[in-house]
Amino acid sequence: MIELQNVCRTFTVGDQQVTALRDINLRLDPGEYISIMGPSGSGKSTMLNMLGLLDRPTSGTYLLDGGNVTDLNDEQQARVRREKIGFVFQSFHLVPRLTAAQNVELPMILAGIPVEERKARVQVLMQNYGLSDRADHKPDQLSGGQRQRVAIARATVMNPTVLLADEPTGNLDRTTGWEVLKLLEGLLEQGITLVVVTHDAEIGARAQRRIHMLDGRIVSDEQRTK
Amino acid sequence: MKLADTFQFAYGSLRGSPTRTLLMMLAMSIGVAAVVVLTALGEGARRYVVNQFSTLGTNLVIVLPGRTETAGIGPGLMSGQTPRDITLDDAQALLRSRAIKRIAPLTVGSATLSRGALNREVVVLGSTSDLLEVRHMSIGIGKFLPAGDINEGLSVCVLGNQMKQELFGNEQAVGQWVRLGDRRFRIIGVLASQGESMGMRTDELVIIPVASAHQLFNTSSLFRILVEARSRDYIEQAKHDAEEIMVQRHSGERDVTVITQDAVLATFDRILTTLTMAVGGIAAISLAVAGVLIMNVMLIAVAQRVKEIGLLKALGAPGTQIRMLFFAEAALLSTAGSVAGLVLGYAGSMIIGQIYPTLPVSPPWWAVLAACFTALGTGILFSVWPARRAAKLDPVAALAGR
Repeated sequence: MIELQNVCRTFTVGDQQVTALRDINLRLDPGEYISIMGPSGSGKSTMLNMLGLLDRPTSGTYLLDGGNVTDLNDEQQARVRREKIGFVFQSFHLVPRLTAAQNVELPMILAGIPVEERKARVQVLMQNYGLSDRADHKPDQLSGGQRQRVAIARATVMNPTVLLADEPTGNLDRTTGWEVLKLLEGLLEQGITLVVVTHDAEIGARAQRRIHMLDGRIVSDEQRTK
Repeated sequence: MKLADTFQFAYGSLRGSPTRTLLMMLAMSIGVAAVVVLTALGEGARRYVVNQFSTLGTNLVIVLPGRTETAGIGPGLMSGQTPRDITLDDAQALLRSRAIKRIAPLTVGSATLSRGALNREVVVLGSTSDLLEVRHMSIGIGKFLPAGDINEGLSVCVLGNQMKQELFGNEQAVGQWVRLGDRRFRIIGVLASQGESMGMRTDELVIIPVASAHQLFNTSSLFRILVEARSRDYIEQAKHDAEEIMVQRHSGERDVTVITQDAVLATFDRILTTLTMAVGGIAAISLAVAGVLIMNVMLIAVAQRVKEIGLLKALGAPGTQIRMLFFAEAALLSTAGSVAGLVLGYAGSMIIGQIYPTLPVSPPWWAVLAACFTALGTGILFSVWPARRAAKLDPVAALAGR
């Protein structure tokens, strides 16, 4: 469970104060499928970074699984990111010199998991995502859809509680985009909390809970009734 | 993250940009090689000098007339006296000391050596049969001066190798007579060719009994006395005894100087070791330059890999881990650079050894160790700043490539 309480975030650009998030209160339950939409500059990316502990709030509190993670130091926050949060980026962010399998293995290397277990888990995931025959390919030998699948495999290899996707289909054509989205939505069955940031209304509409942002505020928070 | 994984990851990123890695390794290895070669040269010079001294004789104590005072006016001058000569009796008295094994009195002068129409100005050394042992000379043909009464002025002489060649060519010399000044001497031996030793060419000497030399040069004083101590441990004792005996014989006057060859040798040793260290230190500056280069290139690497660093942070790598990755890279680079530098340096030393065979070129172990540790040290030290910069990157900005 994720809870943001009165979270504000301001940046100083030159001598100007820019407010990216204004007094955000938000509660996300496990297994929820949330989309965050809004025009550029509305604060949706800052929100995602905040949820992913890549950014610290200027004021307010962030509770993750009941614990306050706002005041953790760099080391402790890194640990939370490692164990509870998965990221999927618009531009994939794969390490170009590592193979697909090594990219998926990376979070486990950082976590200090023994080699045998790493190899076993990578193999299972590559198989699940239909990447077995691409395991030894470098990212530049993969198609966009394959790259994003590798990135999703990497984001889920540590079994996180929340998956944060920032425009996951932004660099993909329509068909591959849908495939990737289906893959992400399939993770909901495992009880993961899925947050998708997009400005594509069609994609945003697929989520059960749709949050619209404007000027750093949540302007609407709709729950689709089943 | 496990240490092995850290190094493997660092190795991977070094492999990822081979040109950059090779250039940094090259800089490092040139630095290490410079230290190795230059200290090898310095060490070679030191060993050369030490070898030269040992050809002069081992465990040597040298007694010379007069006293060198470091400051002020010598006691001899104060009392209006000139230092007393050292005589043959003084020399023989030295043998009373238990610490002294042999002595060889020396009188030096120059005279004209002639055989028929050939004549030549030569350095004449008056000494005794023990000189052969004390000075580590070796005889080529015939015999050295005969042992016997030190005061007996036999008309025999031993020629240096070159003297023999000049006067006799390939003829038999031993048994022949030559004229030295106004006396005739029978040649009883020829020295083996020894080359130069401490500036005195034994090849150009003529050696005659010390008593004959005294008669020839009309003197009774000795140039110096070479004393060989019983063993290395007795050198100090021999020096002390020699001094005491001379003081006794010169009615309480300290008017001789006794030096040990060890003291002279130690001075040279110290000077040349310091020199080697200084030269090595200068070479080590090139290691510092290599360090700056590594820092420079690593800063560029941080800028180039900003996205990767951002990603690692997003995947849960704390700042300390990012820093470790950069340190590991620097450590790998420096180690590889050091190894390459050692190979280069030893190869260079060998080549120099081939070109100057008289110089025993070989890098001292301390310089090799110091070079490697300096390389490793500067590599890691100069990566501190880039590593810190990488660790402090804001992940959001880094991921955006800003």
